[in-house]
Amino acid sequence: MKKTSLLIAGLAAAPASAASISITIPRLNVAEYHRPYVAAWVEPAGGGAARTLFVWYDVDLRGAEPGTKWLSDLRTWWRKGGRSLKLPADGVSGATRAPGTHKVTLPADLKPGQYTLYVEAARETGGREIVSMPLTVPVAGGSASGKAELGAITLSAR
Amino acid sequence: MRMKTSLLIAASLVAASMPAQAHRQWLLPSGTIFSGQDPWVSVDAAVSNDLFYADHVAMQLTNVKAWNPQGEEVAIQNASTGRYRSVFDVKLDKPGTWRIGTSQSGVMGTFKVDGVEWRLGGRRGPPPGAAQGQGGPAGGNAMAGRPGGQAPRFVATVDEIPANATDLKLTETSGRNEIFVTSGAPTEIKASGKGLELVPITHPAELVQGETARFRFTVDGQPAAGLKVTVVPGGKRYRDAEGVFEVTTGADGVAAIDWTMPGMFWLNATLSDDKPSVPRATARRMSYTTTVEVMAP
Repeated sequence: MKKTSLLIAGLAAAPASAASISITIPRLNVAEYHRPYVAAWVEPAGGGAARTLFVWYDVDLRGAEPGTKWLSDLRTWWRKGGRSLKLPADGVSGATRAPGTHKVTLPADLKPGQYTLYVEAARETGGREIVSMPLTVPVAGGSASGKAELGAITLSAR
Repeated sequence: MRMKTSLLIAASLVAASMPAQAHRQWLLPSGTIFSGQDPWVSVDAAVSNDLFYADHVAMQLTNVKAWNPQGEEVAIQNASTGRYRSVFDVKLDKPGTWRIGTSQSGVMGTFKVDGVEWRLGGRRGPPPGAAQGQGGPAGGNAMAGRPGGQAPRFVATVDEIPANATDLKLTETSGRNEIFVTSGAPTEIKASGKGLELVPITHPAELVQGETARFRFTVDGQPAAGLKVTVVPGGKRYRDAEGVFEVTTGADGVAAIDWTMPGMFWLNATLSDDKPSVPRATARRMSYTTTVEVMAP
């Protein structure tokens, strides 16, 4: 009991902007490895518009086949909101990330409530995977894990 | 001449898309959902038994057109017709949903001249007047008086039917075979209000296994109630069952389709009625064909 109330107290003290998601991109032993495109978004649990948290793609690839050409491979994200996003988008889009764990801060203006967090990864000459988990704002914590293209995904209050 | 040729092609295309015939005519886009600046879609077009294996004849591209999201007609590019399939590209240089395909119409049927049966549509032949003078193998005189079972005689257009023709049995035919591809965010697909059409409620860029899709079918803009829509998944070679199924539209003309698997699906519906728009025709036969892409969830 005491621990719980302490936890709640701690949560209340932490500003929403401090909450973060850690995304692990697994190191894969494959013949041809390309860094995956990864996107994350939240959808209100009761239904409503999806909000993209971030999208990592090959921002530097230009010419006849720019990096944006492959964004629709993140097929669920593309349908849920990617296709109506103007890219590059400030604070949302960025370059692909190497295998390892990457911390992303949740937007400070995410209203308190219940959401579902989605993380989707698609890799050239590789697979695609989508991982979802409940997300409560203010964030208390939580975790999920992918099986192939994504590793551990953890939510933390800071 | 050109007019006649296209009418003929129209007639044969309509015939080829009829479900009664084993051969199915199809358009297969390289994809239906595109991102990035000015993507291209590459489309295969053929007539074959199984979908989407080009093993019978290539589809002629004479009447294949593309329309950008603003509804403006755009030329297809890099068109090529091979032994079993045709291929062409469309540069999707405007964001939104593009319509690509054919919209055919024609008239087919029979009539009699001096008790001898002639046919409209199908293979071309000299008009009755011209043929009589020449006395060629297809000429009126050469065939006159011969018993039934003789080689039929043809005209290509309604205008060539002589004034003294009797026993007119003409059927107006129309067929659409079209696909929808989307660059970026999808845009509304507008119906023409003519013939048999698909008017999406679920946008073709939103088809996902596990989510019921709803398409409204209309005839001249009105709901086509009780219409049977045949749905055939591609990739039969990699499974035992053809997987074909049929859905029937409700009173509102809406067909609800539950996708059995992700992939490319071929949809076809045909409808006959007695409301032709062509003078002297007494019946109308319409066909609608499309290929849609269903994504894995």
